[in-house]
Amino acid sequence: MKKLLLLLAILPSLAFANAEVHLDKAPIDASNHESLQRGARTFVNYCLNCHSANYMRYNRLLDIGLTEKQIADNLLFADGKVGDQMKVSINKGDAKKWFGVAPPDLSVEVRARGADWVYSYMRGFYRDESSATGWGNCVFDPVSCKVSMPHVLYELQGVQAMNHETHELTLTKPGRLSVSEYDSFIGDLTNYMAYMAEPAKQQRNHLGWFVLLFLGVLLVLTYKLKKAYWKDIH
Amino acid sequence: MTDTKKSAAASKLDSALAWVDDRFPLTSNVKAHLTEYYAPKNFNFWYFFGSLAMMVLVLQILTGIFLTMHYKPDADLAFGSVEYIMRDVPWGWLIRYMHSTGASMFFVVVYLHMFRGIIYGSYRTPRELLWLFGVGIFLCLMGEAFFGYLLPWGQMSYWGAQVIVNLFSAIPFIGPDVSEWLRGDYLVSDATLNRFFAFHVIALPFVLVGLVAAHLIALHEVGSNNPDGIEIKKLKDKKTGIPLDGIAFHPYYTVKDMVGVAVFLIVFSVVIFFAPEMGGYFLEANNFVPANPLVTPAHIAPVWYFTPYYSVLRAVPPILNSQFPGVAAMGLSVLVFALLPWLDKSPVKSIRYRGTLYKKWLAAFVVSFLVLGYLGTEPSNIWGQFGGWLGNAERATVVARIATTVYFAFFVLMPWYTKKDKTLPVPERVTG
Amino acid sequence: MSDKQSNQQVPSSATEQASQVDVEKRKFLIATSAVGALGCAAVAVPFIKSMTPSERAKAAGAPVEVDISKIAPGTMITAEWRGKPVWIINRTDEMTAELAHHNDQLSDPSCEVTSQQPSYCKNENRAIKPNLAVIVGICTHLGCSPTAKLQANGDMGANWTGGFFCPCHGSKFDLAGRVFKGSPAPINLVVPPYKYLTENTLLIGVDTEEKA
Repeated sequence: MKKLLLLLAILPSLAFANAEVHLDKAPIDASNHESLQRGARTFVNYCLNCHSANYMRYNRLLDIGLTEKQIADNLLFADGKVGDQMKVSINKGDAKKWFGVAPPDLSVEVRARGADWVYSYMRGFYRDESSATGWGNCVFDPVSCKVSMPHVLYELQGVQAMNHETHELTLTKPGRLSVSEYDSFIGDLTNYMAYMAEPAKQQRNHLGWFVLLFLGVLLVLTYKLKKAYWKDIH
Repeated sequence: MTDTKKSAAASKLDSALAWVDDRFPLTSNVKAHLTEYYAPKNFNFWYFFGSLAMMVLVLQILTGIFLTMHYKPDADLAFGSVEYIMRDVPWGWLIRYMHSTGASMFFVVVYLHMFRGIIYGSYRTPRELLWLFGVGIFLCLMGEAFFGYLLPWGQMSYWGAQVIVNLFSAIPFIGPDVSEWLRGDYLVSDATLNRFFAFHVIALPFVLVGLVAAHLIALHEVGSNNPDGIEIKKLKDKKTGIPLDGIAFHPYYTVKDMVGVAVFLIVFSVVIFFAPEMGGYFLEANNFVPANPLVTPAHIAPVWYFTPYYSVLRAVPPILNSQFPGVAAMGLSVLVFALLPWLDKSPVKSIRYRGTLYKKWLAAFVVSFLVLGYLGTEPSNIWGQFGGWLGNAERATVVARIATTVYFAFFVLMPWYTKKDKTLPVPERVTG
Repeated sequence: MSDKQSNQQVPSSATEQASQVDVEKRKFLIATSAVGALGCAAVAVPFIKSMTPSERAKAAGAPVEVDISKIAPGTMITAEWRGKPVWIINRTDEMTAELAHHNDQLSDPSCEVTSQQPSYCKNENRAIKPNLAVIVGICTHLGCSPTAKLQANGDMGANWTGGFFCPCHGSKFDLAGRVFKGSPAPINLVVPPYKYLTENTLLIGVDTEEKA
């Protein structure tokens, strides 16, 4: 019972703190197969070393215009099969030792956090010598700006610094990509992760129109039928 | 087709029917419940929601059966098996969304159905039992929703179950033991998930279907009420014995209900195909994070259909350091509907012939229900605090307390204001 | 609101009007029923399809690679494909030669039942390379897995030329999986689709002609 009281008392205050983050709008376009393919490659090359996507199968990528051969040649490890799920060999226990937390599975990350969050988070790392990893991220935790994940892509993005008064990030050391290149790089990655969070979404939206069209016809017919019968009732 | 052929086929069908009728009361049941069940001819759109609730029940059972074929009630596998359904099972995503959307839509149609019963006085004599069966269905439905919500084993599932089960520990003396017994463990765990699964897919569906049958039997015994709140059985055709204002349920209301079904399916499909999460109200974002007993999500709120009662819980302050009054108030806020037949002392049934006093009270009740519902989805500091003159009280909490008071006053004062209300004369016949 | 016998069925007056009403009712009744039935059928499709093998089952049932370099002549190994035993038998030259000599005792010596082997194995050895047989080890009678009795004679009696014996109901098959007459099993054992990836590697589950 004390637990309950505690829960009811604490939760709202946490929620309030969370509401303050400003998120940038992620450029999501599920019909842009090239962007999705670039994002898939980025995901496999950079994220899939520590994070798994256990519910996603490689051959699902046929959806976004890749062929089985392309998947096998470009995305799979040597002994992998195209029907495999995106698993990682990292040991959860080791990972927890290294990072403090085991890297979460990312299959449905976008559904849990939102695409805008992922897009902002991946662009929100800044140099913070006081933290264990050397990096801070206020998107991850707006209060402490602490984050367990190191900035894996800093060679591409470069190094940002945070002005804690204005809450603005400035690039202090450029990376291999320009700012706009890095933004579109992360945009592709986010687009892919949004697709991966619900691969059936495109099919769902597409089918929806046919279903509604059909139900529209059914509605007209049932209405006419009702009228025909109810003519007699006064 | 020639006439002889036609009649030959017809007589064959007749004899087959006669064969069945000698062994099973098919024709008499079809007559009693469809072709010769006479419903008032003045049903308006409020009367769609009963048959719609029935259809959603069938849909839930059907989609539920197919989900059970792939779902694993195991704390290690449950979350993954839901994603398996969403990705690996052919069309699994559609079946799952039908079920998750169906859960919310069930409450939409049931709430509208209940509201219909309230405004037209459908709970009044001789329909008290019919109403009680309905309240039973509603409770059962809440149980189904609660047990079912744990099954995806996401963070909201987990912490929702944790909070609700803990509510039982507020019961004096036996509370802690009761909640431990419900969980079958010291925390919500695999054991809890497994038994919730059993309740969700076996126990409560049986009870639900049984109650629905009882609800329908009672309905067909006493006959349907109508927007005028008149008993159509009082005026019958002298020759045929058919109520003058009654029409055969089949075909008139079967074809009419089909229109309602078509409209409903359009709304249902828009949600399923274009907004299955419904902005986080039908499927919550945090439920895409696997259950973690060590981390509570920042903002937990029940699914929207429970929020009015949850608000009542939060609104009632602990008394003598006990949370029990809040829990009791929440329970009462649901159960109090069962008392309606005995609280309402008005000489008329339908809102059409009630006076302004009743209408004001009803409006206040609806507003407070909606306000409580909204506040239940938000943290209690959503509107900030009052100044020092009110002891810095949270605005939302104060509003919730007022709404809770109105909510209960609607019921408690009902015998008084329904008697005092100036009603209009009720006509002899229904008014279309 | 009128007072006439307000309710049930078509008013009996004005026959012309009545027949017209009938036509309209019938028209929409048929149209609604047809569209409704179509809708129900369309909804049934996802439900029925949801019971077909999922992506997980398909991935688990994906083709398997088998190393055949270590199967000594006259012996066999058992691989697993789609949860079924697949025998890979390295027949000796004598064993392969024997296959042609007992056709008269077989139910279907020339493999006329096309469902039981891919077309490229519809030959006298039921194999791509004559000595290497690949056979699904599930009896065509009631699904038991027959026991290997590769050597001639032995406990199978003097006339036995090597093959398989099903312990459940006594069906007998030769070393190409062809069923002997008088067995309860009606047809030959299945030869799965397979191909050679290299000299020593088989891929079971993928047809030779097909590209992966």
